[in-house]
Amino acid sequence: MTAPILQIKDITKSYGKKEVLKGVSLDVNRGDLKILIGPSGAGKSTFLQCINFLVRPDKGQIWLNGKEVRCEHRRNLYAYRQKIGMIFQDFNLFDHLTALENVRIGMVKVKGIPKEEAGQRAELELERVGLKDHMHKYPAQLSGGQKQRVSIARALAMDPEVMLLDEPTSALDPELIGEVHAVIRDLGSNGMTMIMATHQIAFASLLASEIVFMEDGKIVETGTPDKIFNDAEHSRTREFCSKITDLYGER
Amino acid sequence: MPESLTAIVDALPYLLGGSLVTISVVAAAMGLGFVVGLPLAVGQVYGGVVVRAIVTVYVWFFRGIPLLVFLFLFYFGFCTTLEIDVSPYVVAVVVLGLISSAYQSQIFRGAILSLPEGQLKAARAIGMSDFQAIGSIVVPQALRLAIPGWSNEYSILLKDSAVTYALGVAEIMARAHFVATRTYQHFPLYLSAGAIFLVLTWLGTKALRLLEDRVRIPGYSPHLS
Repeated sequence: MTAPILQIKDITKSYGKKEVLKGVSLDVNRGDLKILIGPSGAGKSTFLQCINFLVRPDKGQIWLNGKEVRCEHRRNLYAYRQKIGMIFQDFNLFDHLTALENVRIGMVKVKGIPKEEAGQRAELELERVGLKDHMHKYPAQLSGGQKQRVSIARALAMDPEVMLLDEPTSALDPELIGEVHAVIRDLGSNGMTMIMATHQIAFASLLASEIVFMEDGKIVETGTPDKIFNDAEHSRTREFCSKITDLYGER
Repeated sequence: MPESLTAIVDALPYLLGGSLVTISVVAAAMGLGFVVGLPLAVGQVYGGVVVRAIVTVYVWFFRGIPLLVFLFLFYFGFCTTLEIDVSPYVVAVVVLGLISSAYQSQIFRGAILSLPEGQLKAARAIGMSDFQAIGSIVVPQALRLAIPGWSNEYSILLKDSAVTYALGVAEIMARAHFVATRTYQHFPLYLSAGAIFLVLTWLGTKALRLLEDRVRIPGYSPHLS
C-alpha cells in the first residue's frame, strides 16, 4: 500500500458566522479520480479552493507526497500551487492573451522557462487538447468547450501532480460537454490524479475511482460509484442521487 | 482686412508656440499622474489597511484643494520658504501631475475592480505571486478599460493647464493675455485661445480613441455583443 499523494485533514472554513466546511478530510492516491457530488452550497467549491489555498482554510492540514504544505511561507505556497492544477467552472482564461499565450505565461513568468521553449511546450499542450489550429485566437473568439480545453492545457503546462476540477462542464452547452469530458478521460487514462466536483452522474459513475458525497460542509459518505448510486448507506445520499439521476438522465 | 483679423494672424505663431508649451505641460503631468496614480490604485485595491488609508488621504488631499491654491502654495509658499530655485514650468508640471495622479488612481481603481475576480484567481492558481499576477494579468487588462476615463482626464487637465498662466508659464492663455493687454484686441485673441484649446481637446481624445481601438482585445467587447 503506497502512501497517498495528497492528504487533506480536517479542513474548516467559515465566512462570518456561516460555517461552510465543518472538518473535511480526504486521502487521494496517485491516479485516483475522486468525484465530489452534493447539492449547491454543500461546500464542494470552497473545499476544492481550500486545497490550493485560493481560499485560506481556518484550520486543517494538507500533505503533498507526505510533506506538509506550509502555506504561510509564500515561496512554498507558490511552488505548491504549481503542482496543483485548477480548472474553474467559468474557465477564467486570461482575456487579454491568446490561447497560446494563456498556456505559455505560467511557464515564462513562474517557472522562468525561456519564451521560445515555453511556446513550443504550449503548442504541444494545445495539440493534446485538440486546439492547435486555434492557438492564436483570443478567449472571446473561442467556444465554451474550447475555452475549457485551453484552461486544461494551461494547467497541464505547469506539470501538476494533482488536478482540481470545479464543475468544469457546468457552464457549457450540453453539446460541448463531451469534448471536455474526452480530455478529462484522457488525463485519467494517463494516470493523472484528479479531484472533480460535477453533477454529470453518467461520467462520474463510469470513471470515478471513488464518489464523495458532500452536504452541509461535511462528507456524508464515500464509496465506489456502484455503491453510492445503487446501495448508499445514508438516506440523504440515496435521495440526492435519485434526484440528480432524474435531472441528468440515466447513467 | 479688419483689425481683429489682423490681430489674430499676427498673434497666431506666438499662440501656437504657446500651445507647444501647453502640450508639453499636459503630457508631462499626465505621465507623472500615470506613474504615481497606477501604484496608488493597486495599493488601494490590494493593499493592507495602512496602505489603503494612506492612499485615501492622498486622494482626498489632492482632489480637495483648488488648483490655483496649490500652484501658489507650491511656488510662492513651499519653494520660496525652502529657497528651492525652481521654474514655474516645473511647478506647473508637478502640481498638475500630483493632482492628476489622485484622479487617475480612481480611474485605474475602477478599471481594476471591474475585472472579473477569476482572472486573479486563475493567475494565483498557476503559482503566480500577487505581484506577478497584478503586473501581467490585472494591470494590462485594467489599462485597456481605463482609456475612456483617461480621455476624460486629458480634457480636464488640458483646460486646467490654462490656470498655470498665473505663475507665468508661457502657455496659450498667458500668451493670449499678454498680447491682448498690449493690443486691446481682447475678443479675437481669447477667441483664438479658446479655438486652439478646442482643437487640442479634439486631437487628444481622437488619439486616445485610436489607441483604444488599437489595443482592443479581439472579440472581447462585453457591451457590444
